[in-house]
Amino acid sequence: MDTQSYCPVPPGVGMEENFLSLDDILLSHERLPVRTECVFPRLGFLEKSSDTQDIPEATKMELPLWLSKGLYERKRKVLSVELPKVYREGWRTVFTADPNVVDLHKMGPYYYGLGSQMLHFDSPENPDIAQALLQTFIGRFRRTMDSSQNAYNEDTSALVERLDSLEKVLFRSGQNGLNSFQSWEKGQASQLTASSLVLNYRKRKLADVQT
Amino acid sequence: MFCEKAIELIRELQRNSEGQLPAFNEDGLRQILQEMEALYEQNQADVNKAKSAARSDLIPSIKLRHCCLLRNQRCIMAYLYDRLLRIRALRWEYGSVLPANVRFHMSAEEVQWFSQYKKSLASFMRSLGGGAGLDITQDMKPPKSLYIQVRCLKDHGEFEIDDGTVILLKKNSQHFLPRWKCEQLIRQGVLEHVVS
Repeated sequence: MDTQSYCPVPPGVGMEENFLSLDDILLSHERLPVRTECVFPRLGFLEKSSDTQDIPEATKMELPLWLSKGLYERKRKVLSVELPKVYREGWRTVFTADPNVVDLHKMGPYYYGLGSQMLHFDSPENPDIAQALLQTFIGRFRRTMDSSQNAYNEDTSALVERLDSLEKVLFRSGQNGLNSFQSWEKGQASQLTASSLVLNYRKRKLADVQT
Repeated sequence: MFCEKAIELIRELQRNSEGQLPAFNEDGLRQILQEMEALYEQNQADVNKAKSAARSDLIPSIKLRHCCLLRNQRCIMAYLYDRLLRIRALRWEYGSVLPANVRFHMSAEEVQWFSQYKKSLASFMRSLGGGAGLDITQDMKPPKSLYIQVRCLKDHGEFEIDDGTVILLKKNSQHFLPRWKCEQLIRQGVLEHVVS
C-alpha cells in the first residue's frame, strides 16, 4: 500500500531479546511464579501479603521476567522459577491435541515469546516446551495465513482476537500484501496518497475538538 | 514494585503503534530518574555495610536493586530511541516544516535533533548527482508522467509553480500540475491525486 517511514525496532528472534525493542520490553514484563531460595533483606514491601521487613526464604511470589532473568543463576541459587501453567504438561497436551481451538491471546498474549524465554531457566521439561511451541505454531500457521489472505475489506477483529502477538504481526503483513495486490489490480498502485500518519493526526485533532 | 513508571512510558508509545508522536512525558521520566536515584543510594548504603560488616546476606537485595536500575535504564533508552525513530519518520512524511501540533509534542532536545537531522539530510541530498543535488524524498512511487491531475481538499492559498504562474488552490478546484511540485502536498493531505 504505502511505504511506512516509521519502522520500530524489531523484537529479537528466539531466545534473544532486542535491547531497544518495545515489544520485547513489554514481553519481559510478563509475570512468572517464582520461589525464593534465600532471604532478601529489607525488601519485604515487595511482597504485599506479609508485613515482615525481609522477604523470607521459600516465599512464593510473582516476579516479572526481566527480574527473574537478572537474579537467576545456575551456580548460586537465589530463586527458582516455576513454569506458568500454560507451559505445563496439562496444557501442553491440549495444545498438541488441536492448537487451533486455543485462545492464545488470553493465554499470552506473548505465548511464543514467553515460552522461548522460559528456556533460559534450567528445567528438565525444556525440550518438551520447545517442541510444543513449535508444533503449536506449525498447527496454527496455515489458518492464520489463510484468513489473512482471504479477508478483503472485512472486519478482521474476530479473526485476530485469538491470535498471539507474533501471529498478529504475520496476519497484518499478510493483509498488507493482499491490500497492495488488490490496489495494483485496480490500477491504483501508482496513485499518490496522503500519508497515513498525517491522516491519523487529523483524525485525532478532530476528536480533540469534539470532546 | 519497582519500574512500574518505566513500563508506563513504553505502553504509551505502544498504544500509538502507527508512528504518531505522543507528548514528551517529562514528568514520567523525572519520576523514573528519582526512583533510580533512590535505588542507587540504598544500594550504596548496603554495599558499604556488606563490606564493612561482612554481611554477605545483603547481596541478593543489592542484586535485585541493581537489576531494577538496569531495567529502568533500558526502558528510558528504548523510549528515547523510539521517539527519535518517529521524529525521523516525520521528516519524510511532512517535509521539513512540521505542523505546530506535532512540534508541540517534542522536547527541546528533540527539536534540536530534528533540525540537525534535517541539515544532515539536506547536505547529503545536495552532494548527490555530481553536485547538482537530488531530492530523495521525492518520487517514493515511480512516476508515470510529469504532470498529474489533482483536486484540492481544502483552501491552501496561492501556489507558485516553476514557470512563475501563480494558481489559487481553492477547495474542490482541479488542476493539472507538475508531479514533483505537488507530491508533498498530496502526502500532507492538501491535494488529492485524481486517477481517471
